Amino acid sequence: MTEAIGTEPTSTIRLTVNDTLHALEVPDRKLLSDVLRQDLGLTGTHVGCEHGVCGSCTVQLDGEPVRSCLMFAVTAQGHEVKTVEGVGNDPENPSDVQQAFIDCHGLQCGFCTPGFVTTIDAYIDENPKPTEEEAREAVSGNLCRCTGYQNIVAAVQRAAELRAEGARQ
Amino acid sequence: MTTRLFGQKITRREDPRLLTGHGRYVDDVSGSAIAAAFVRSPHAHADILDIDVTGALDVAGVIAVWTHEDLPGHAAERLPMLIPNPSIVAPHTGYALAKDHVNFVGEPIVMVVAENRYIAEDAANLIDVEYNFCDPVVGVEQAREGSRIVHEGMEDNVAAHIVQNVGDVDSGLDSAPHVLELDLEFERSACMPMEGKGVVATWDPGEGSLEVYSSTQTSTGLRAVLAAKLEIPLTKVEVITPDVGGAFGVKINHPWPEELAVACAARALEATVKWTEDRREHFISSAHERAQTQWVKVGFDDEGRIHGLDVKFWHDNGAYLPYGVIVPLNTSTHIMGPYVIPSFRVEYWSLYTNTVMVTPYRGAGRAHAVFMMERTMDAIAAELGLDRAEVRLRNFVREFPHPMGLRMQDGAEGCIDSGDFVTSLDKLKALVGWDEFESYREQARSEGRQVGIGLACYIESTGAGPYEGGHIEVESSGRVNVWTGLTTHGQAHATVFAQIVADELGVPIDSVQVNTGDTRKLPYSVGTWGSRGAVMAGNALHLTAKKVREKALRIAGESLEADPDDLEIVEGLVQVKGDVSASMPLAAVSVLSNPLRYAFDESARAATAFARESPADEPSIKPGEQPGLEEQEFFSPLRSTVANGMHAAIVETDPETADIKILRYCVIHDCGPMVNPLVVEGQVHGGVAQGVGGALYEKMAYDTDGQLLNASFMDFLMPFASEIPHIETDHLETPSPLNPLGIKGAGEAGTIPTASAIASAIEDAEGIPIRSMPLDPSTLWHMRAAHAEGDVARSH
Repeated sequence: MTEAIGTEPTSTIRLTVNDTLHALEVPDRKLLSDVLRQDLGLTGTHVGCEHGVCGSCTVQLDGEPVRSCLMFAVTAQGHEVKTVEGVGNDPENPSDVQQAFIDCHGLQCGFCTPGFVTTIDAYIDENPKPTEEEAREAVSGNLCRCTGYQNIVAAVQRAAELRAEGARQ
Repeated sequence: MTTRLFGQKITRREDPRLLTGHGRYVDDVSGSAIAAAFVRSPHAHADILDIDVTGALDVAGVIAVWTHEDLPGHAAERLPMLIPNPSIVAPHTGYALAKDHVNFVGEPIVMVVAENRYIAEDAANLIDVEYNFCDPVVGVEQAREGSRIVHEGMEDNVAAHIVQNVGDVDSGLDSAPHVLELDLEFERSACMPMEGKGVVATWDPGEGSLEVYSSTQTSTGLRAVLAAKLEIPLTKVEVITPDVGGAFGVKINHPWPEELAVACAARALEATVKWTEDRREHFISSAHERAQTQWVKVGFDDEGRIHGLDVKFWHDNGAYLPYGVIVPLNTSTHIMGPYVIPSFRVEYWSLYTNTVMVTPYRGAGRAHAVFMMERTMDAIAAELGLDRAEVRLRNFVREFPHPMGLRMQDGAEGCIDSGDFVTSLDKLKALVGWDEFESYREQARSEGRQVGIGLACYIESTGAGPYEGGHIEVESSGRVNVWTGLTTHGQAHATVFAQIVADELGVPIDSVQVNTGDTRKLPYSVGTWGSRGAVMAGNALHLTAKKVREKALRIAGESLEADPDDLEIVEGLVQVKGDVSASMPLAAVSVLSNPLRYAFDESARAATAFARESPADEPSIKPGEQPGLEEQEFFSPLRSTVANGMHAAIVETDPETADIKILRYCVIHDCGPMVNPLVVEGQVHGGVAQGVGGALYEKMAYDTDGQLLNASFMDFLMPFASEIPHIETDHLETPSPLNPLGIKGAGEAGTIPTASAIASAIEDAEGIPIRSMPLDPSTLWHMRAAHAEGDVARSH
């Protein structure tokens, strides 16, 4: 099958990311995570395992958290993708979830953090007042090797408080 | 006077950037670079007979294919043995690309460079390597037995062997009324940072220079080794370490084969070449840690006081030894822990096996040492029917400094410089409710629940030398730029070092900007490992800031016509103590420090008010002076600091399923004065979580052929939030006399005693001796059955 390699099929896709529509020519097999990072320069989305377990690459697809390392970019066509930059990209004016992480010391190396932020950003709309147990459950699909989770769980509850207060619209 | 920032729970200054997608990790650098991928050995032990790369060369987009014979000069030689030690009897290291032979599954053999990683991996899959298989050596038992040999020309698999003695252990054991022996096993695990390794190398043909971005823990070390291996002047190599997504020890070894091979390719191709490790590569070709087989013989009296301790252990160091014997050496020097052991002998053998090499992982070697000592303490208590905390109390070191009589990893004699173990134990017992536990156990039993409590104490040598430096400049804007040679991977360096510098300089923390891991400004540095960052760079920056402050006061004193001793800096303003009408901004001092009289900005114009006429017959810069308000200083300690702590766990084990649940986890931690308690607590939490992983879940499952069976996050179980308990912490701050700030390291503390504390609690719940970790429900279930049948050997 050597001949087939190097002449891989590509597609032109229209991809809406963080409310901006992009037209891209991408190989059919190229992962959404790679297209976000390499073609669109949105390097906030990180790749930790490439087999869908760690959750570092989590983005929202039509508001639902998904693993961008398990999706081909072509399959995201017609959907709304939101990355951590879409949750908030201004260090001077972080979103409620991002501010909650600062308040609670919810990150150390910061590599897995965008996946947590996108997950929680969606979750607190679904559950605006999580208990500690619910908060823990909400982030139990994402791996973090630094923080021991305690402060991330606290950040979920803090983020819900900030959203309820309408800290940032 | 402004509030001292040292000791404040200041939220992290690096967070807003990392949280909003502006972090810059190595794979974020140069997204358009051409990419390298590696063909790795699928066999644990084999001779390479032939490599056929023609299939790869036919793939469109492939730029180059490299085997060992394409590596130039020194780059084709064996990788360095970074830290030699007298105990190493047979040093063996690998090559950047394997030469004629492979010694573990995952060893790199061929490098493919292509337009992008997808194509590079396609092409790598088309390369055929022909092997002649050899019998692999897997695990300590086979390595020790020695009928199969990893490295040709050796008669056994012993890489290193050493004996260290304190007193005469034979007479110590003879004098003891009681003697116990324990056989123990400790797990093989791995650091598993969420970001794997990576490197981006750019060759500038015009300059003949190499610029490398790497997710390393030691950019200065990598720079030096690349210059040596590529045979180019040191001044032509710079290494930059951007944000690093966790390290925990695995990114300290250097150069990694890929770092060297990719740098060679960048030069040969006159291009930017990038390699980003994937998770399977990380499992099978980055370093692991932990695996040891241990034997302890202890002699003690009726009171539980130890007279003699004889220890032997066998350490599986994997296929190569590039980082020396830091892991077993640390184990050997930490066994005595916080206890007075009148006579002690430790002997270790570090053994080659056909598996991934073993280099430091958070707590490097110390978790294993604590396992030996703390399992022994519990065994003594059980033998005598004494309270486990009481046995520990009776053996504690009570006078400081306490010389240990052993050579540590830094070559100096170990010495517990400070601590108060009696108070720590009191605090731990109060926090966890040690004395009230029996009534809780009764209550749980009445509900059909089975619970147990355990504890573990430890010491940790931290803040190892030989040195670390700082560089500080005060800009004419008043902004303070700080450089440390350390890399940073979550330790909040941008915050804690800013606290230290702002305190000493008397400036607001917001004006301080900390830069890390860039060899262009501070080429002398050691690295971030072994709980040394705050101790070493913290003190270096404290001393540097002091030097800047002295210079600032000297210059301001001339302008204000005041004795520098009468001046202070408050909120960035140099003022006469008690007379704030005589003052000038530190920004203006910066302008005056540089006789270049261009008025670039507001500060420069303002400074003219303070400028004094310089004598016409003297140079503008006096001999021995330098322009600019900028200084560099280094800190080099006499020996390592020694931090300490104690952990207690309460567990519940399911009578039917043997499921193990941690109900409470309590930590008393003493790292001396805390620069930022928020950060210290975060380090402890993270450490405990890794310790829980090691205690209950994480194990590298090698089969007898040397294949790693669980090389993914689906099979190698790292704890999620659902597996980690709420961690309760309390602190004791006993300052170290070994450095100006009195601080001791905190980075690894959380991990070191966790498996031991949980083993103690499970043993207490089950009434079965726990002699090996990790312990999963299935293993515990089988142990119960064996124990019920009286099969003590199997229950171990």
